Amino acid sequence: MSSFDVSEILGNPEYMSMLLLGIKMTSVVAIGSWVLAMTLALLLLGLRYAPGPLGNGFVTAYVSYHRNVPTLVQLLLWYFGIFTLMPDPITFWLNDHNAEAIFAVIGLGLCQAAYFSEDLRSGMRAVSPGQMEAARALGHSYVSAMRFVMVPQGTRNALPALINHSVSLFKNSSLAVAIGVAELTYAVKEIENLSFRTFESYLLVTVLYLVFSLIIMAAGAYIARRADPIRSGRA
Amino acid sequence: MISDIIAIIRDYWLLLLIGQYPNGPLGGLAATLLLSVLAIAFAFPVSIALALARLSKAPLLNWPVTALVYFTRGVPLLMLILWGYFLVPLVTGASVPSFLTMLVTLVVYQGAFLSEVVRGGIVALGHGQMEAARALGHSYLGAMRYVILPQALYNVIPSIISVFVATIKDTTLGYVINVPDLTFAASQINNQLLTQPFQVFFILAAVYYVICWSLSRVAVLTERRITRRRAGTAPQPTAKSLKLAALTDQPS
Repeated sequence: MSSFDVSEILGNPEYMSMLLLGIKMTSVVAIGSWVLAMTLALLLLGLRYAPGPLGNGFVTAYVSYHRNVPTLVQLLLWYFGIFTLMPDPITFWLNDHNAEAIFAVIGLGLCQAAYFSEDLRSGMRAVSPGQMEAARALGHSYVSAMRFVMVPQGTRNALPALINHSVSLFKNSSLAVAIGVAELTYAVKEIENLSFRTFESYLLVTVLYLVFSLIIMAAGAYIARRADPIRSGRA
Repeated sequence: MISDIIAIIRDYWLLLLIGQYPNGPLGGLAATLLLSVLAIAFAFPVSIALALARLSKAPLLNWPVTALVYFTRGVPLLMLILWGYFLVPLVTGASVPSFLTMLVTLVVYQGAFLSEVVRGGIVALGHGQMEAARALGHSYLGAMRYVILPQALYNVIPSIISVFVATIKDTTLGYVINVPDLTFAASQINNQLLTQPFQVFFILAAVYYVICWSLSRVAVLTERRITRRRAGTAPQPTAKSLKLAALTDQPS
């Protein structure tokens, strides 16, 4: 074992292509589950505000399950549990289409939807009811008051939490390795096994994760600043 | 389906509860809880030290801790566990049980998160407390010890419970380095049965749910009690409080 040398990995085309495949798969899982989570979160938020106790009860149960069961266990349940209960044609189709990645997206997306919907809800709750009353008094309809007064303020309130949870979602995409998705953490273990350069390969991937996370945080901070009318000078 | 689940619980409850102990290492639910309790117990003093360092004006104290906090916020726990698996035996020079590796990793990871919770509690107190304590003749550390920390730590008890719940959920990641915890026990059962993965992992999810849900309820009730004691009313969240909560909240 020779001394520290990252170029052993960076200069090896085989390792680099494994690394790039890992980055690609991590992006697919993270972006796919983010889109799924945000879509579901909006649906859940709508159900929350729907008349009658049924919608609210369902969302409460949904959020409770996804927040109190570890994400890894949810993934294991999806991939090893629910997958095997599916009828054969679906199982065959999924096996042909990278079932691991599909279940990672489903598992992570459904789990994160609970967090996103709660973020949005507490953001909306933080807008004072006086805002709605004032908007109505000024002649806005309910929908237009929501559209122009309530939702912009609510989303802005929810932004810090949404950004934070988006970073968590990206980090949690590494859990997909437990069900065999060939993403970045999987790639680093492979490279480590082949090259015996544990320190270098871990360092490389750790830096990659850190850089991506910091980019998401910085982008989030930029959006939050833009959305704040006082600090962006649009008030 | 339900009879399968009952049969699995009847046959394997001891394995789920304590793993292969006394014939092997302590495992199952007992190991999960022990790991979480130890992790928080060690992370708590670490987090106070980190929070004080991060609040300090000395760059030599402030910078490394800020870097550590961003590092743990930006790198997946799974990656840190792999680092621990590689580094802990290297540093100690002996083969170390995976339980200990996991414990060290969790103390670092949750210590950094908890330090943000503690820092949030201190910042939320406002300047007045510190200024009053200093005006009364306390030194900086004396004011921290007798005035600031007792109030700040009391106020963040609910968040500390939430971090504890997060820790319990995080112990599942020990699965990748074969820490003999509850998840490991369940996957052992699954490997023996082979035909009932859904039932096995359903039991696993249910156990975690019961524990984490109960503790989350305790956190909510404590929070209500503390808010009532301090303010007399339970306030709605504000934009500022949400910003602070986002710093300390962590799903897993």
